[in-house]
Amino acid sequence: MPGAFEGETVTRRRFMNVVTQGSGLVAAMAFTLPALGFALGPVFSREPFSWQAIGHPDDFTRDTYTTKVLTIVQGIGEAGYSIAYVRTRDPKIDTEPGDQYNRWVALSSRCMHLGCPVRFVSAAQRFICPCHGGVYDFRGMVAGGPPVRPLDRFYTRLNQDTGLVEIGPRYSVNSELERFSPRDPGQPLDGIGQYLYPSRLDTSGGPPGHP
Amino acid sequence: MPKLPAPPLPKSLKPLPKPPGEESEKMTPLQTVAEGGIHVVDWIDERTSLSGGVRWLLFRKVPKGINWFYTLGSATLFAFLNQAVTGVFLAMFYQPNVNGGAYESVRYITDDAFLGQLVRSMHKWGASVMIILIFLHMGRVFFFGAYKYPRELTWVIGVVLMILTLAMGFTGYLLPFDQRSYWATIVGVNINGTGPFIGPYLSDFLRGGPEFGATTLSRFYAIHMMLIPGLIAALIGAHLYLVTKLGISAPPWLKAEEEPELREAQV
Repeated sequence: MPGAFEGETVTRRRFMNVVTQGSGLVAAMAFTLPALGFALGPVFSREPFSWQAIGHPDDFTRDTYTTKVLTIVQGIGEAGYSIAYVRTRDPKIDTEPGDQYNRWVALSSRCMHLGCPVRFVSAAQRFICPCHGGVYDFRGMVAGGPPVRPLDRFYTRLNQDTGLVEIGPRYSVNSELERFSPRDPGQPLDGIGQYLYPSRLDTSGGPPGHP
Repeated sequence: MPKLPAPPLPKSLKPLPKPPGEESEKMTPLQTVAEGGIHVVDWIDERTSLSGGVRWLLFRKVPKGINWFYTLGSATLFAFLNQAVTGVFLAMFYQPNVNGGAYESVRYITDDAFLGQLVRSMHKWGASVMIILIFLHMGRVFFFGAYKYPRELTWVIGVVLMILTLAMGFTGYLLPFDQRSYWATIVGVNINGTGPFIGPYLSDFLRGGPEFGATTLSRFYAIHMMLIPGLIAALIGAHLYLVTKLGISAPPWLKAEEEPELREAQV
């Protein structure tokens, strides 16, 4: 290395360059990194979800769905509402294993094609999406159209203290009705799909021991 | 290749020297005003040398055979300027408030504000016009082969500009915050979410969380009003610089003129 003095390893010009450009870089990072983190932070956040009472056990039947309005985001008015279709679990048709969290079957109205709200048509015993023609059968399984997986579900439980049915966090299911942490519409969970669409980094959603 | 002579200054900026013996004559008021204007322009030009750049940009050689299709690019530019101007004035009334404030402010602009409906309509319809013009411009460049060497980078920047414009359409669609814009955004964000691996994170970034929430609208507003317009303006500058620097391509049906010596040699 050439230098002005004996034993110098860096020339003064080069030292000056490195220090000036380095301090410029530090100054730029000092505002870029916090701003970037601020913008990307929501990727790692999860909405808190409490159990909401939706009615007495007698309010629900096995034959048809009752519509319940849930608040999934607080403080933003109508935009924070979501709809659950609730019925009592019927072991004759509900072949997935039962536990304390699905004594009532609560289906999300969110279409699993691209997220429009589906409507239960009782005459047809089908859920029908107005946007692109997705159709689901009585259990919420895909019966036709573009949806990639059955309707999402909510955990339900009986609150022993109040005797009321409560509805909890949303979860996603594949075509075998296996439970997955909540995913967005349009993301299949069968086969390779469950690996292509990873769950959120913070998966503290469901009840203890559940996705 | 011989260098082309510099384009001439317009006559109005180059007053002829007065004939000798007439210096003492009084100037008419019109001449005084013109002299004052020239003085101001000269004052600025002496300090910035802007006139050279302006002449470089505006008084340049164009090839034979250019036609109306070559105006689609500047038409797109004017559509963008229309969006920028009307957008600034809409922003004076608009509130990105999820709890009914956004819808109410748009209703106020449309129904109550003086000329509000006109300005909002100019912005709304101008958005569609800009998309249409971009694609016509892109089609002109493609079918005339104007993207070829040395103009590839101009094309690439143009494609980025087109994508940014589509992103403007996507983010702007939510702002009226009625049923149509709400559900269109839900669907649009979920389409983004179907991208493998990064899709779920992209959705979370756009919504500002796992669900459509209080910050989604203000995020879209900030992206629509500040982030993308700045990028578009900067890239339009780069695009125009390249267009001026490289010159306009001749239409494909024009054959290059041969050098006269070569022509004689062939005969």
